[in-house]
Amino acid sequence: MRLERRSDTPLALTLAAPVGAVALSLALAGILIAIAGAPVFEAYHRLFIGAFGSRLAITETLTRATPLILTGLAAAVAFRARLWNIGAEGQFYVGALAAAALGSEAGLQLPGYALIPALLVAAAVAGAVLLLVPLLMRLRFGVDEVVTTLLLNFVILLFVSMMIEGPLKDPLAFGWPQSVPVVADAMLPRLVARSRLHIGLPIGVGLAMLTWFVQSRTTFGLESRAAGLNPRAAAFAGVSLTRILISVACLSGGVAGLAGAIEVMGVKGYVTTDLSPSFGYTGIVVAMLAGLHPIGVIVTALFVATMFVGADGMSRALGVPSFIADVIVSLSLLTMLVALLLSNYRIRR
Amino acid sequence: MTGGEVVLRLEKITKRFGDLVANDEVTLELRRGELLALLGENGAGKTTLMNILFGHYTADSGQVSVFGRPLPPGQPRAAIEAGIGMVHQHFALANNLSVLENVIAGTESILRPRSDRAHARAKLAGIAERFGLTVDPDARVGELSVGERQRVEILKALYRDARILILDEPTAVLTHQEAERLYRTLRGMAAKGLSLIFISHKLHEVLAAADRVTVLRGGKVVAERPAAGTSRDELAELMIGRRVARPVRDQRAPGPVVMTADGVDVVGGGVKRLSGISFTLRAGETLGIIGVAGNGQAFLGELVSGLARPGAGRFELLGEAVTAPGPRRFVAAGVGRVPEDRNANGAVAEMTVWENAVLERIRERRFSVAGLVKRAAGRAFARTVVERFDVRGGGPDTPIRLLSGGNMQKLILGRSLETAPRILIAAQPTRGLDEGAVVAIHAEILAARRAGTAVLLISEDLDEILELADRVQAIVKGRLSPDIPIEEADPRRLGLMMAGLWNETTDAA
Repeated sequence: MRLERRSDTPLALTLAAPVGAVALSLALAGILIAIAGAPVFEAYHRLFIGAFGSRLAITETLTRATPLILTGLAAAVAFRARLWNIGAEGQFYVGALAAAALGSEAGLQLPGYALIPALLVAAAVAGAVLLLVPLLMRLRFGVDEVVTTLLLNFVILLFVSMMIEGPLKDPLAFGWPQSVPVVADAMLPRLVARSRLHIGLPIGVGLAMLTWFVQSRTTFGLESRAAGLNPRAAAFAGVSLTRILISVACLSGGVAGLAGAIEVMGVKGYVTTDLSPSFGYTGIVVAMLAGLHPIGVIVTALFVATMFVGADGMSRALGVPSFIADVIVSLSLLTMLVALLLSNYRIRR
Repeated sequence: MTGGEVVLRLEKITKRFGDLVANDEVTLELRRGELLALLGENGAGKTTLMNILFGHYTADSGQVSVFGRPLPPGQPRAAIEAGIGMVHQHFALANNLSVLENVIAGTESILRPRSDRAHARAKLAGIAERFGLTVDPDARVGELSVGERQRVEILKALYRDARILILDEPTAVLTHQEAERLYRTLRGMAAKGLSLIFISHKLHEVLAAADRVTVLRGGKVVAERPAAGTSRDELAELMIGRRVARPVRDQRAPGPVVMTADGVDVVGGGVKRLSGISFTLRAGETLGIIGVAGNGQAFLGELVSGLARPGAGRFELLGEAVTAPGPRRFVAAGVGRVPEDRNANGAVAEMTVWENAVLERIRERRFSVAGLVKRAAGRAFARTVVERFDVRGGGPDTPIRLLSGGNMQKLILGRSLETAPRILIAAQPTRGLDEGAVVAIHAEILAARRAGTAVLLISEDLDEILELADRVQAIVKGRLSPDIPIEEADPRRLGLMMAGLWNETTDAA
C-alpha cells in the first residue's frame, strides 16, 4: 500500500475534509461518553442546547468564539508563510497585560473614543514584538522558532504572574492575584444588551475578511503565498523573504496580542493567569481545521466555542466531565490531519 | 557475445498510473555477459520498468524471472537476493563514512555485536581487483570525485553478490573522459560474465558501449537492434517516433557588449564559490558555459540572475557596475532568467500559471497598482505567453504543477521572452525534457538570439552547447576557462576543458 499525490483536489473534497474530521471526532468522543455512562445522543443534544438553546447560550458561544477567531487567524497567517508561531498564548498575554497596564486609572489619560483604539494598537504592538524576537533569532542565527515561541509562552505566563503579584496588583482584590482593572471607558461596547457579547466579535470577523482580501488580492498576499509555498522560487522571483516574514510576524503576533486585549476589555476587565483557557494553543487547532483559510477560521472558531460552551451544559445535565470538550477538539485536530492527507493523496495498493 | 543463457526475462509487463500507461506489455531478455542499453525519451517508461524489476513498484500484470525463477513482485529484498543490483542516477551514499563502511552498510545484522571488518575488506579488495574498480576503501566518500563515488555505488551492488547490474543514466554526471572510462569498466564486467542494463537517452553512448539496444517509446518496446547494426539517425527516429528537424544556428556578427565579468569572485556560506571568473556577453550571440554538474554553475546562475552579490572583481550589466544586485532590478533592466531547476526555483508548484507568469514582475505598474494585483492584466499576460509559446495542458488558472516539465519550461522561458529581454540567462534549459520539448526550447533560444538578445547558456549537455553556442567557456571548480569559438570545439577538446586542462588544450591548439 502506498500514497499517491492526487493530481487535483476537487473543491468538494476540500470542504468535505473538515466536515468529515469533525463528524469522526464526535463519533469517537461518543464512545467515551458511552463509557462515562451517559446516553450518547442525549448527550450531544444537551451539548447543542447548551451552546444554542437560549439567547444567553448563543451570546456566550459567540463571546467564546471571539478570541478563538483572533488566535486562529494568528496561527493561520503565520503557518501559511511557514512561520511556525506556537506562541500565540504568550502573545495573547502580553497583549492583555499591555491593555490592563495602559487602560487602568494610572495608565493613558485619554478620552473614551481615543482610549480604546490606543489600547488595541498597544496590545497588537506588544504581541508583534514578542513574535519578532524569535523571528529575528531565526533569521540571524537559525534558531528554530517552534522551540523559542513555545517556550516563551511559559516565560510570559511567569512574567504575567510577577506583574499581577507586584507592580500591577489590584489592592482592592482581597489578596487575589489579579491586575488593576481597566477604566470603564476602556471597556468595549456591548453588542447585545444583557449579555457579555461585545464588539470584539465584529472586529475579529472584520480582520479575518481583511486578511482574506490581503492574501488574495494584494501583491503582498501573492508574494507571501509564494514565499510560504516555495521560498527558493519566491527568492528567485525577487521576493524578499526577510521582509515577508517580518510583515507576517507583525500580523500574526499583532492579532494574537489583540485577542488578549479584547478579552480583557470585552469580558474580564482585568488580567489573571487563567484569563486564557489555552486560547493560543486552541487557535492552532482552529487554523488547522480551517485549512489555514482566514474565512474558514470564523467557522471553525465557532465550532470549537460550541464544543466548549455546550459541554458545560452537557456536563451539568448528565454528569459527563466537561473535559470531553477538550477531547473532542483534540480529536478533531488528529482527524483533520488524516482528512487532509486523504484529500491530497489517494491510497493505492 | 549474445549466445549466453538468458539470466533475466521480463514478460508482458504492464503498469498503469491512473490513465497513464507507463509500461505496455514490455517483454525484454538479458543474456549472460551482455551489455544491454535501454534507450528512450523521458516518460518512455524506462525508469518505471527498472523500478518494477527492482521491486519498488508492482506491475499490474506480467512476470519477472531471474535465472529461470519467477521473482516475487514488490520486494526489493527478493530482487537483491536473486542477484540484481541497481546503481541509481542520484547516489545513495553517506558522505561522512568511508568507502568500506558505505559498502557494508545494511549487509550486517544490527544485532551483531561487532562487524567483521577484516573479512569485508578482503572481499571488497577481491571485487575491486577483479573488475578494475580501484578506490581506497578508507577514503571518506565526501572527499571522492563523482566518478569515484559512482564506482563505490557499483562496488556496493557487487558486494551484495549482484550478477545483474542496472545503471540508471550512469553518465549524466560524468565528463566525457570519465564516461569513456566507465564504459571500459562495464565492458570488462560483461566480459567476466556479469550482465548489465544501462538506461540512457544519449545516442552516441549507446552506440559506442552496448551490445544490443532496446528502444522504448510511450511505454512500449518499439525496436531491438544489435548496436553494430544500427545508426544514430535510426535510433533517434525510433526513439522519437518521427523525424525531427533540428533548428539551425545561422552566422551573424555579434552586437555591443551587454554584460561583462572581470575577475569576479562570489562567496557563499563563507566559502569562495566562484573565483576570478571573466566573460563577455554581446548582443545577438550565445555564450555557452559547459561543465560537469556541481562545478559552480548554480552560483554563476545566481550571479547573472541578480541573486548573488559579486565580491572582488568587476561585474557590469549594460555598461554599469553591479554593486547592489537584485532579481527585480535585473528583470527591470531587461534580463530574462531561466533558472537551472525549474521545480525548485522557477515556479511555485501550487500556484497558478498566471501567478507564476507575473510573480517576478508583480510590483511593476502593469501588474499592480497601489499594492493591489491587476488580476485581469496578469491573466491576459499569461494567456499571451501560453499562446505564443505553445504551452499545453492548461490555461492561466491551472495550477502550474499540472503542466508537464516541457510545458512548464516553455512558460518560464516564455514569461521572460515575451518582454523582449536584452539578455537571456538560460541555465540547463532542457534538463530532463523530452526531445520534442528540447527542440521547441532550442528554437525559441535561437529566435531570441536572432532578434538581438544576448544569450548566456549554462549547460551540462555537450550536444546542446555545440548546437546553440557561438563561443564556449568551461566551468571547473568555480573557475572559468578562456573562451574558444564553437568552430574549434569538439567533444574531445571540450572534455579536456571540462576536466580543467585548458592550458594544455591551448598549447596543443
